[in-house]
Amino acid sequence: MTAAERDSAVVRLAGDSGDGVQLAGAQLTLTSALCGDAVWTAPDFPAEIRAPAGSLAGVSAFQVHFGADVQTVGDRVDLLVAMNPAALQTHLKDLDTNGILLVNRDAFTPDELAKAGYTADPLTDGSLAGRRLLALPITALTRAAAADRRYGAPPLLSQREVDRCKNIFALGLVYWLFERPLGPTLRWIQEKFARNPAILEANRRALQAGRRYGETTAGLPDPVKIGAAPLPPGRYRSITGNEALALGLLAAARTSGLPLLYAAYPIAPASDVLHHLADWKRFGVRVFHAEDETAAMAAAVGAAFGGGLGATATSGPGLASKSEAIGLAVSAELPVVVIDVQRGGPGLGLPTKTEQADLFQALFGRNGECPVVVLAARSPADCFDAAYEAVRLAVGHMTPVLLLSDAALATNAEPWRVPLASALPPIPVWRPTADGAPFQPYQRDGRHVRPWAAPGTPGLEHRIGGLEKEDGSGAVSYDPINHERMVRIRAEKIARIVETLPELSVDGSAEGELLVVGWGGTFGAIATAVRRAQGRGLSAAHAHLRYLNPMPRNTGDVLRRYKKVLVPELNTGQLLRLLRSEYGINAVGLNKVQGRPFLVSEIEVMIEELTRRP
Amino acid sequence: MPPETPLPLTTKDLTSDQEVRWCPGCGDFSVLAVLKQVLASLNIPRERFVFVSGVGCSSRIPYYLNTYGFQTIHGRAPAVATGLKLIRPELSVWVVTGDGDGLSIGGNHLLHALRRNVDLKILLFNNEVLGLTKGQASPTSRAGTRTRSTPQGSIEEPLRPLTVATAAGATFLARTIDVDVTHLTETLRRAAEHRGAAFVEIYQNCKVFNDGVFEYATDKGVKADNLVYLEHGKPLVFGQDRNRGIRLRGLRPETAALANGNGGSLADLLVHDEAAPDTTLAHLLSRMIYPESPECVGVFRCVERPTYGDLLDGQISEAIRSEGPGDLDALFAGEDAWVIE
Repeated sequence: MTAAERDSAVVRLAGDSGDGVQLAGAQLTLTSALCGDAVWTAPDFPAEIRAPAGSLAGVSAFQVHFGADVQTVGDRVDLLVAMNPAALQTHLKDLDTNGILLVNRDAFTPDELAKAGYTADPLTDGSLAGRRLLALPITALTRAAAADRRYGAPPLLSQREVDRCKNIFALGLVYWLFERPLGPTLRWIQEKFARNPAILEANRRALQAGRRYGETTAGLPDPVKIGAAPLPPGRYRSITGNEALALGLLAAARTSGLPLLYAAYPIAPASDVLHHLADWKRFGVRVFHAEDETAAMAAAVGAAFGGGLGATATSGPGLASKSEAIGLAVSAELPVVVIDVQRGGPGLGLPTKTEQADLFQALFGRNGECPVVVLAARSPADCFDAAYEAVRLAVGHMTPVLLLSDAALATNAEPWRVPLASALPPIPVWRPTADGAPFQPYQRDGRHVRPWAAPGTPGLEHRIGGLEKEDGSGAVSYDPINHERMVRIRAEKIARIVETLPELSVDGSAEGELLVVGWGGTFGAIATAVRRAQGRGLSAAHAHLRYLNPMPRNTGDVLRRYKKVLVPELNTGQLLRLLRSEYGINAVGLNKVQGRPFLVSEIEVMIEELTRRP
Repeated sequence: MPPETPLPLTTKDLTSDQEVRWCPGCGDFSVLAVLKQVLASLNIPRERFVFVSGVGCSSRIPYYLNTYGFQTIHGRAPAVATGLKLIRPELSVWVVTGDGDGLSIGGNHLLHALRRNVDLKILLFNNEVLGLTKGQASPTSRAGTRTRSTPQGSIEEPLRPLTVATAAGATFLARTIDVDVTHLTETLRRAAEHRGAAFVEIYQNCKVFNDGVFEYATDKGVKADNLVYLEHGKPLVFGQDRNRGIRLRGLRPETAALANGNGGSLADLLVHDEAAPDTTLAHLLSRMIYPESPECVGVFRCVERPTYGDLLDGQISEAIRSEGPGDLDALFAGEDAWVIE
């Protein structure tokens, strides 16, 4: 933060679980959004449910990346606010060498230092030399603000209650550092504490004191102006990937007119989809917390047999359990939506960390020739469109659709341009009617799509199942020729969906030196890296796959128009292998499996290398 | 829309065009025939019935009934049926399973469907052996049973289906026998009329892999001495001459001889109460096991409790009543939306 003006900034607020950093982060997010910024946020909760106060395990953090062209959580932290020693210990490593470090000096007591594993006070032992350190007595300043008689009688509160406002003091100072208005947070304080005037007053004083401290204290860094590049006009809200998935399913159920059964078993990092939908009963959504992953999938398939919309979300280990019921849905040709919010694997892996290593499981992780449609969401807000599209394709083509999200998209949030429910694309549902002839459940249309007859309809009684069936009648058949025919029809049905899908588009020139191809949650990092490379005159373009099966019909053509193809993935090269085998191209992988998203710089370096190298 | 199939249905209306493929002499034939008669008598249109099954010989039944039917995955039928019933509460949903399907691979799903009291009729065909996989021990095979997977005899203690179902708090529990047509008919009818999860264990003979395992309960010469027919409000009397009864010694049922013409000892007998609110009696009865004691058949338990579907619908109605019907645009916007001009 050397320049007084910059495109974007990354602020990380870190403290003990009780320090209110999530709340302060949410306010910084809203304020930035109201300034017209793009904002990307990422919470970092402690893994333990109730870690001891002051411990390393109990550190909670919230990161906000705001400004222009923000599509990731940010590579490096520009301002780290550490409310206690444990927060400093945990998060200092991510602070940019030019970044500002704001700490609450009052929390650096011998006791707290020991809990954080410090043998000496880092604020005084010289270990932070060269850092732009602001060690302020935030607790004392917060108390002084509350007690300041210049603003009237002090609110009648215990010291503990006053101390809880120290996050708001820090926030006031952060607002001063980035020239942000106090108005939105003042309004929020007004509403939130309307019933408790004393707490309202203490928070108001803390926020204003934080800013005043910046204005009146000598020796602080200069405030930074964040370059404005407002989002397109419209109504926005901040949304996480998991909430967007839940909204997408609900909206698709509404548009299609289908009753929604959402069946799931809790699993990190997908559980919030369940929590959201469970809270939306007024929309008529039936939420079934099943006994296990298998049952959740089976119940979704049961709902589909019943003519309703069956959906479930899970993560990698759960998807493994669900594979037999997905196989049933493929064989029975029933529409269900399965969402996999990917986490690190194999086994239990890294339950809260991100990875993209379930692509092969999604495409191939079942017995037999078992094709399903596979989609991937590319950003938190995009999860809405992706879930909606998953329902549209499932219902339109009588097939399970597997939608891949990931742990980062699940909890990260970005502005979402709020759509109008009535303007969402239609999801037509076609039902057969009885005509007196025996009903043929596998009599297909020109796209190989079979009719979806709901139980309760007179004259359409029929029996289906997971055994191989005769095409047309659906009766059990072990005939070898029929089996091969059915295998090919099921594959062809999925393959033909490409005819209705958009072509793969490219950001950058239509041909050239390097194409960077990605899928899923790496979108923001790749897009930012490619744009920056283009800005430096490098010949790089970006294509991002929403549809992994079937892939857009022009995929091969696009790939072949570039001398080199780079495939960054948070796995050891799954899309890479697919592209090589499907299209015979000699693509290069950039692979990372650390449970963390790509840094933009990691992709930039690789682009640089591939475009400069002859 | 064509007219519904006229009621009352005939068994012919309920017969599909599929050739029935069970081994000659299989108990499943009898159950299928009785099932059709019971369904026809229920005054429910054919298209409202859905039969869901898993894997095993009995799980073929959906294909043989001209209703809606779905043969699913090994053990998972209760979960599939739960999803179906929750989204289509007006349907009459039946689950057909066996001792392997329902208690081995599918034990978990069975437990949870029962404890939730999902309005499903669950028929468990118990032949104490895995038939379709050609003769291995099942979780209900008695200790010592010799099968292809237990050539020296099973070393496992068997599960008793009704004990399991009782532990899960099932609201309707019954046991009947494939060849006892009258009893089977009456028991299936009672199950069909129950609102909630109805669990029926059917002793079913596997002619090929476990022939005669229930002979003590089917042989005309001995069955009266080995079976207690449960009747609500009546003392537990059994025996060729109805001269024996079951009484409680402490917490254990035991057989007591009734003196001829001596009504006094009848009063000492255990009186069946299928409506008992707690499951203790049903559990005691489920633990009466031949040859140590006679076994009970009939309705062990039949109590009313709100179904899972009713409770779920109740919560949805309550949410709509207190919060108003969902407004998608309001939900989209959330509480912190902002406008960029």
